Amino acid sequence: MTNSLPIIIIQRLAMGVFILFGVSILITFGVEALSGDVCSAILGQAAEPATVAACQVQLGLNRPIHIRYVDWLFNVVQGDFGTSFANKREVAEQIGKRLGNTLYLATSTAIFAVPIGILLGVIAALYRNSMIDHVISTSTLSTISSPEFFVGYILVAIFAVNLNWLPAISNVDSSMGFLERLYATALPVMTLTMVTVAHMMRMTRASVVNLLASPYIEMAKLKGLKPSRIIIKHALPNAWSPIIQVVVLNLAYMIVGVVVIEVVFVYPGLGALIVDAVLNRDLPVIQGTAMVFASAYVLLFLLADILSMLANPRLRHRR
Amino acid sequence: MFFLAVWKDLNLSARIGLFIVLFFVFCAIFAPWLAPYGQSQIVGDVWEPLGGEFILGTDQIGRDLLTRLIYGARNTMTLALISTAVSFAAGAVLGFIAATMGGGVDQVLSRVVDVVISIPTLIASLIVLSALGTATPTLVLVIGIIYAMPVFRIARAVAMDIEVMDYVEVARVRGEGLWWIMHKEILPNALTPLAAEFGLRFCFVFLLIASLSFLGLGLQPPLADWGAMVRGNADGIAWGFLHPLLPAACIALLTIGINLLIDRWVHKASGLRDDQ
Repeated sequence: MTNSLPIIIIQRLAMGVFILFGVSILITFGVEALSGDVCSAILGQAAEPATVAACQVQLGLNRPIHIRYVDWLFNVVQGDFGTSFANKREVAEQIGKRLGNTLYLATSTAIFAVPIGILLGVIAALYRNSMIDHVISTSTLSTISSPEFFVGYILVAIFAVNLNWLPAISNVDSSMGFLERLYATALPVMTLTMVTVAHMMRMTRASVVNLLASPYIEMAKLKGLKPSRIIIKHALPNAWSPIIQVVVLNLAYMIVGVVVIEVVFVYPGLGALIVDAVLNRDLPVIQGTAMVFASAYVLLFLLADILSMLANPRLRHRR
Repeated sequence: MFFLAVWKDLNLSARIGLFIVLFFVFCAIFAPWLAPYGQSQIVGDVWEPLGGEFILGTDQIGRDLLTRLIYGARNTMTLALISTAVSFAAGAVLGFIAATMGGGVDQVLSRVVDVVISIPTLIASLIVLSALGTATPTLVLVIGIIYAMPVFRIARAVAMDIEVMDYVEVARVRGEGLWWIMHKEILPNALTPLAAEFGLRFCFVFLLIASLSFLGLGLQPPLADWGAMVRGNADGIAWGFLHPLLPAACIALLTIGINLLIDRWVHKASGLRDDQ
């Protein structure tokens, strides 16, 4: 089928909305399983049944789940995520503040990680099976095999404890200037960069190696073209699509990596928020943050899909 | 002799990987005999240094770290192995069903998987585990089900390729039922790609469990668990103790070992794939 580009993009967007809708239902029902205990948890073991019931009425937990879901969805569309059980603050406001911090972390990481990762991947692919390829590939294999907190604590042990150059705990607040903030977040950014670079490098290497094995590159080599010309003129136009995929997909994985990193460095971001909310059984906060994480994930995958279709016309005629 | 043949077939990095994996498996199996103390036994002071009376020192409440590491190998690896097995059992069966039956069943299953897979695994398991508690069977089931989703996709794709073969058609015409086609026609041919995938998924599950226990939602104390040990000892790092790095290093080492081993295997199983 040869659909025009706008139609395919609209189809993908519709699919994305459908998925987000499904995710919101799943998250609501997942969180629902928590709700039975919330009041007993807040009031303690010894609470009277009547007090517990009153608490449930107050939090609106006595209404049936599908009504609460529709209510919640209706409010979320209007930007209202409800009120936190734990501190009675607006969830939207908390998420907003934390999201900014997390995005700061993610953007700083991306600025370093994307060029380094792609560069290393291309180098490793070009000099395949050479010493430099083995060094790059082995070190990135070690990095992706390590849990994020391992990388994080090694950096803490080196830079914060032994050398005493950087802070081990990343306290940031809105009054901080740019440089101050950069200094405070240096270690989490370094950790995330290492992990992301490793993933990106391996994926870039794989797709470039795949590309360089295709017959038309062979042909260009046999014609006696200069290697630089082969790369720039022949390989690169077809490499864009996989490279875009690699970048966007890794941004999506980074979002999940952020949760653990924020806990390691006690960074006030969205990941730390959801972990705290889960431990406190703060349903509205869990529901809201989980939704933000899942939306970011879905949107990035969608973006990867659409961008690579734009970069590679062949993908538009897949089905 | 079989072992020798396998050994000859492996390159250097795969041999190193095999050695690492066998080492940890050995520790896991013989944990009670290898460990000098009991896994929740308090034997000394807090954070005793490495290389003293206790070879790897003691942890944040004075338990022998070496003992905890050995038992951790047993607890964490068993948990990851069973969870991965659950995910493959569920994912492969559903994937085969979707591929074999096609039509509406395939559509419904695939769309449900599309939705569930859109929630990042760590976030999904955080929510569900905090709701259902972290009893070991719950942990196994939840992680198994979450990871059944990608397995479903792979199993479905593999089965789709097999399903169009003539011998499957013959079996259909012969009047064989769904179960026969799935386990006599498709499964034997899907086994090799799925086996390589198993190793890869085991690593993912293993790292997820490590992250979950690090966040306090994994195996519960006093059971030794590598991820939880990192978190428990984390404060020590500020005083220059390297104790929290040891269990983290074990996690990394085991995953590297498995990766080295299966890199070779994946390479062979599917000729084209380079390195992923």
